Amino acid sequence: MGETITFWVLAVVSVTAALGLVFSRRAVYSALMLGTVMLSLAVLYAVQDAPFLAAVQIIVYTGAVMMLFLFVLMLVGVDSSDSLVETIRGQRFWAIVAGLAFAALLGLGVGNAVLAAPKGLEAVTAAGNVPSLAELIFTRYVFAFEVTSALLITAALGAMVLAHRERAEPKPTQKDLSRARFVEFGEHGRNPAPLPGPGTYARHNAIDMPALLPDGTVAPLSVNRVLARREAAEGTLAPEIVKALEAEALEAEERVSEEPVRHANGAGGVTGANGTNSANGTNSANGTNSANGANGANGASEAGSAEESPATGPETGKEAK
Amino acid sequence: MEPAKIIEHSGGVIGVSWLLIALPLLGAAVLLLGGRRTDRFGHLLGVATAVASFVVGVLVFVQLLGFDPAERRLAVPLYDFIPGLTKMGLLIDPLSISFVLLITGVGSLIHIYSIGYMAHDPNRRRFFAYLNLFVAAMLLLVLADNYVGLYVGWEGVGLASYLLIGFWQHKPAAATAAKKAFIVNRVGDFGLAIGIFTIFTAFNSVSFAGVMASEAHPSQGTLTAIGLLLLLGACGKSAQLPLQSWLLDAMEGPTPVSALIHAATMVTAGVYLVTRSGAMFFPEGSTAAIAVTIVGVATLLAGAIIGTAKDDIKKALAGSTMSQIGYMMLAAGIGPAGYAFAIAHLITHGFFKADMFLGAGSVMHAMNDEVNMRKYGGLRKVMPITFATFLVGYLAIIGFPLLSGYFTKDGIIESVMEHSATLGWLAVLGAGITGFYMSRLVFMTFFGQKRWEADAHPHESPAVMTWPLIILSVGSIFLGAFLILGNRFMTFLAPAVGRPEELPSFHPFSVAGLATLALVAAGAAFAWVKYGKAEVPVVAPRGSFLTTFARRDLYGDALNEALFMRPGQWLTRLAVFFDNRGIDGLVNGLAAGIGGTSGRLRRVQTGFVRSYALSIFVGAAILVGAWFVVGNL
Amino acid sequence: MTTHYLVLSALLFVIGGVGVLVRRNAIVVFMCVELMLNACNLAFVTFARQNGNLDGQIIAFFVMIVAAAEVVIGLAIIVTIFRTRRSASVDDVNLLKY
Repeated sequence: MGETITFWVLAVVSVTAALGLVFSRRAVYSALMLGTVMLSLAVLYAVQDAPFLAAVQIIVYTGAVMMLFLFVLMLVGVDSSDSLVETIRGQRFWAIVAGLAFAALLGLGVGNAVLAAPKGLEAVTAAGNVPSLAELIFTRYVFAFEVTSALLITAALGAMVLAHRERAEPKPTQKDLSRARFVEFGEHGRNPAPLPGPGTYARHNAIDMPALLPDGTVAPLSVNRVLARREAAEGTLAPEIVKALEAEALEAEERVSEEPVRHANGAGGVTGANGTNSANGTNSANGTNSANGANGANGASEAGSAEESPATGPETGKEAK
Repeated sequence: MEPAKIIEHSGGVIGVSWLLIALPLLGAAVLLLGGRRTDRFGHLLGVATAVASFVVGVLVFVQLLGFDPAERRLAVPLYDFIPGLTKMGLLIDPLSISFVLLITGVGSLIHIYSIGYMAHDPNRRRFFAYLNLFVAAMLLLVLADNYVGLYVGWEGVGLASYLLIGFWQHKPAAATAAKKAFIVNRVGDFGLAIGIFTIFTAFNSVSFAGVMASEAHPSQGTLTAIGLLLLLGACGKSAQLPLQSWLLDAMEGPTPVSALIHAATMVTAGVYLVTRSGAMFFPEGSTAAIAVTIVGVATLLAGAIIGTAKDDIKKALAGSTMSQIGYMMLAAGIGPAGYAFAIAHLITHGFFKADMFLGAGSVMHAMNDEVNMRKYGGLRKVMPITFATFLVGYLAIIGFPLLSGYFTKDGIIESVMEHSATLGWLAVLGAGITGFYMSRLVFMTFFGQKRWEADAHPHESPAVMTWPLIILSVGSIFLGAFLILGNRFMTFLAPAVGRPEELPSFHPFSVAGLATLALVAAGAAFAWVKYGKAEVPVVAPRGSFLTTFARRDLYGDALNEALFMRPGQWLTRLAVFFDNRGIDGLVNGLAAGIGGTSGRLRRVQTGFVRSYALSIFVGAAILVGAWFVVGNL
Repeated sequence: MTTHYLVLSALLFVIGGVGVLVRRNAIVVFMCVELMLNACNLAFVTFARQNGNLDGQIIAFFVMIVAAAEVVIGLAIIVTIFRTRRSASVDDVNLLKY
């Protein structure tokens, strides 16, 4: 009776979650749904006298595989929602037809099969589930088991080879970077110093709190553009920040006539930033490394230098998402 | 009397009688492979090999005479020709040695004559090479002791004939004539080839001795078929009806070629074939033999009629050649009684026709290669030797009493008359026409007014050309009497071809003989009236329907054209059409269909992995469904 | 009870399959493949109990290993493709076609 209740509850949960996995627009939701299905299945394994598998399911799937999925999701852009408009003609129709037909056939087959009462695993797991499994794995299936080790090593090596990227030129040293910064300053007048920290009069060190200049006004360089844009859309942007940004925009307009190209890049912080890319005006070299533009070191917005910035580096990434 | 048994012998000169063939073949090889280097002495080498071959022939002949008449059939084994099928060997017997002497003797004379005739031709060396090749092939044809060897020679002379007719290949007419000769000969050669296949099937042997000694007794039908197939071959090579059309065009070749190949030797190969196979496939009274006589008579008359209308001196002579070979075929068709006369006439004809052809060549040589007799006239005074020798040949061919042709042709007519009166009287009629057209030729050429072109300066030919004429005319005078009187030749030939039990006797004043003489005289007189006394128009008058008929070769070419050429062209066009539309259409259509289908099916490969996944998924669903249907799940 | 498990397994499998066919985000497609594999595992485990031997559980165990390896490689491929093409859509990778 307990099993039946468990089954029906988890069946409903897992099918719903599976449907959610397929039909949710955001990949992160899909991942969460998949996690739900896996957990449900883990419980179902446990119910069916497979405690070892249940544990492995939770550890390997929900723990490792799902984390990997999420990690890659974050890497390739978590907030790009999938368009649900089908581009291949007839694909969705036929997929659903084939799916229904397949389900009907399988259901018919399974439903029509006359099955005896389950034999149960008591006889074969007299020594306990895990020892019994271990005995089989290390005797009858030992060869397959050893082969899986080769498979896993191959997979690890493969992942390394695939993800590895050759550096075409030597890595710039700190000396190179600082020289480049000052060259930039000499040619275009960009500020070679790090972005301003919270300042002497700071009452917060949160990312949404811009630094104050000695006169008490907001330092435009320290405004987080992403947050500013979002807050502007929500209408909660503080008026002094608005004022500071307007002053900067005015200044930028004056620069247009001198440096049209550089301006387009420099002003990108306000107008052209998108979520997956760095909002930093210097157009960050590492595209997958997400925005800490507002308070990352200007001109050297490597991930490492973000931590050096006086603003709260680690939180930057999290909040930007 | 049956032909004698063939015995192997390889002693004395006979043992090396292969030299007969090897010498001219060597000459041809040296001249052809040596190229321009041999230009300087090419003609001399050509003559030397021909004469050497003649000398060997005489020696062989002398040795053969030393044998008892009943043993004069000697096989000289040479080598395994086609292993398991036949050995190559030479057959030295009276028949083949007669041909050998004719071919090498007349051939040598014509070689010598050609030195003068071809003196100004830049390709004289090549000409002699081909002549030597011809002599070698012809000797192989008559000397081979089996049908396959004969066939090799048969094709060899065909090749030489083709090369020599087209010797002046820069003239389209010559090139076309060569092609025509080759193609028409192909028809006959196919007959011969199939005949030889049939012989092998029926007798399991292709050698003359093997066929004669064979224990196999094929049905009468097979024998008749073989006979008719051999006759077809003979018709092709000897320009007999219905394969006569090539001979007149073959006159495009140099005149010595016309004399040697298309008058004296090659065209008589058909007579040789019929005679050689006579005892086996043309027994007296058989269907095949009757066919031979009919072909002979028809050709004899057709050739004569064509001869009457031709203004081209060589074509008139060619018509005469057809006609004379018709006589030989006729005689060969009546069996042992006629063989000796056929071959005797062949030999004397070889002499007097070669004589006349060379004479005609001499005239052409003098008249800037003009062949139209209407532009000759009155040449007897400027070319006395040519005229005299030509006159001898003329008198010989019309059967002037006591000259060669008189004896041999009269012999043929007499023996045919005994065989069948109808054929005999037709032969007599042919003799009368011969009298007319040969007289016409002589009168138009040597008598009457000069009708020369303005730039013609006729002169007597050099000695190297006149001496062969003189020798040939001597042969034309005496050879017939020598061969026929006392049945000398029939007796000599008997071991090879057999002879009637009762030797015929020569009746100078038989009804047929007198009638022939009378008709010939009438024909000659008529010719004198029309072409000797009367003025000959330089431009040929339109003439009656009959004249046109004769001028157009009895519409032989028109008939061939209508019966074979046009339908052949239609067939070709139909085949081309079928090939273009049918076969190509099918192939191209199939290709286009597959290409088009592929072009459309290609679109299935969208590159979208999801499409592929869908097909996999649908496939899996179908598999599960199929499993259900067969009830295995 | 076995039938119920099997039907649930079939349902999850088909949902996963349809997901593979209709989704374009490569990562989601991968998740759907994982769902299909899990559905199979459920069937294996169910049959193990039904037939009273442990082979089904062991196969399920091996399936998990293979699935883990597959995920590692598959995600590495996705990352590599994303790095050059700036896209994780399976429809963008369609150069290999007619």
